[in-house]
Amino acid sequence: MAAAKTMVQEEGLTHTQDEDDSMGEVTDSSEYVDEWIDLFLGKKGHEYFCDIDPDYITDRFNLINLQKTVSKFSQVVQYIVDELDESILETMSNARLEQLENDARKFYGLIHARYIITVKGLQKMLDKFKDADFGRCPRVYCNYQPLLPVGLHDTPGMDCVKLYCASCEDLYIPKSMRHSCIDGAFFGTSFPGMFLQAFPEMVPKHPTKKYVPKIFGFELHKQAQLARWQEFQRLKLEKKLKTLDVDLTKNGGYSA
Amino acid sequence: MSQQFVEVPSHGELSDEDSGNYEEWIPSFCARFGHEYFCEVPTEFIEDDFNLTSLSQEVPHYRKALDLILDLEAISEEEEEEDEDMVGANNGQTDELVKKKAQAVNRSIIEHAAEQLYGLIHARYILTKPGLQAMAEKFDHKEFGTCPRYHCGGMQLLPCGLSDTIGKYTVRLYCPSCQDLYLPQSSRFLCLEGAFWGTSFPGVFLKHFKELEDYVGRKTKNSYELKVFGFKINDRAVSGQRMKWLRQYPSNEEEWEEFAKCEFEIPNID
Ligand SMILES: [Zn+2]
Ligand SMILES: [Zn+2]
Repeated sequence: MAAAKTMVQEEGLTHTQDEDDSMGEVTDSSEYVDEWIDLFLGKKGHEYFCDIDPDYITDRFNLINLQKTVSKFSQVVQYIVDELDESILETMSNARLEQLENDARKFYGLIHARYIITVKGLQKMLDKFKDADFGRCPRVYCNYQPLLPVGLHDTPGMDCVKLYCASCEDLYIPKSMRHSCIDGAFFGTSFPGMFLQAFPEMVPKHPTKKYVPKIFGFELHKQAQLARWQEFQRLKLEKKLKTLDVDLTKNGGYSA
Repeated sequence: MSQQFVEVPSHGELSDEDSGNYEEWIPSFCARFGHEYFCEVPTEFIEDDFNLTSLSQEVPHYRKALDLILDLEAISEEEEEEDEDMVGANNGQTDELVKKKAQAVNRSIIEHAAEQLYGLIHARYILTKPGLQAMAEKFDHKEFGTCPRYHCGGMQLLPCGLSDTIGKYTVRLYCPSCQDLYLPQSSRFLCLEGAFWGTSFPGVFLKHFKELEDYVGRKTKNSYELKVFGFKINDRAVSGQRMKWLRQYPSNEEEWEEFAKCEFEIPNID
């Protein structure tokens, strides 16, 4: 909360005015094709991102603790929602413009991680999930289960985005280079968990089939033994879940 | 090839066909886009009838297909062309066109049969010592791709069939680290016939290269668990953890005891 207060002090009164302006401008500027967010989302490799409401971005409350991640934070916010004065942009050097663009991308990513776990954001990600915008599980027995993006860290610059499969509950690397280098913090560590709790009907039944290598029809002994032990672990869990009254014939249960 | 390095013969007006400059079938098949998973089967292996036992019943136009693979079809083709020339002279152009069309169709049928035959021979060859060696080289160079699973740390994959009969399943990839099956990441491999690698290949490969098992055994057995703000999801929730077993390995004495009990069957749960 302390952070929020200083922010409001820093940005002062101009902020409220901006917001009022933006309300009127939304309809006007939507006629322009070159809105920053649309351009950002249209870039190759940005298919995992959803569009964030400008209202969400300009609400300082949502940006708590993000102001120090970029320089000239309020200018970056204005730039993202296309409210930065043309005259200010014109006076900027190319290097400064490039810096602003890079900051805007990073900032959008960090707000994105917060936005996608809000009610509205989850809904937008649900639509993308249903369209399999994040790809499908490459595991044969997962039957093309659509994936969900996830970060292994919530701090930017640590690791790239991974994909979570709700069928095998495992992590995969995006198959395209243009996705595998996106910062994982732009999706965050909690997104798939929040998503599946918000939409339990999207949790599939989990396949119990396991592959064992064979030679002329005969299973390799060691691998078969491990598969039996793993199945034994599953049966133990199944028994425990039944004592907890979990219905394993529905979503989140097992399929043969 | 750049022109500079090609020695131009004095009678340069000779066309490629006339100079007998044709491509060998096997190398050109293996070099084709999307055929990166195939290794080259030596002609000596194919010429040994013992290696082709019963394949004549599985592939149509077996003899012609075999000749094509072994680059022996050139002679018979010339014969056909001669025949055709004579027919063309006698019966006019329309007949010649029909004949040419039929011949093109025929050639594509034989070509298709040759690909099937080569694939089935390939499935046998890669189970032999030199075949395994050739595949190991491709494996080392990650030519079958790497495991898409994050915790497998880029483990190389092995091609695998789910059936030994043509037309049932496309090729899958086996990861020796997570011991699981995956679909090829690139669409160019998605329609490859799985029987061209066969159901026994990964198993024979693992048995032959014992050191691979040790290598995989030394790899970290990390797995992922879904969390929200650092907290594990309740077991009772629909999204609670259900698949831990899939990536689990015995890790303590009690589990190793359980593992021993699983040698021939799954023990009863008490
Ligand atoms: Zn999966
Ligand atoms: Zn793997």
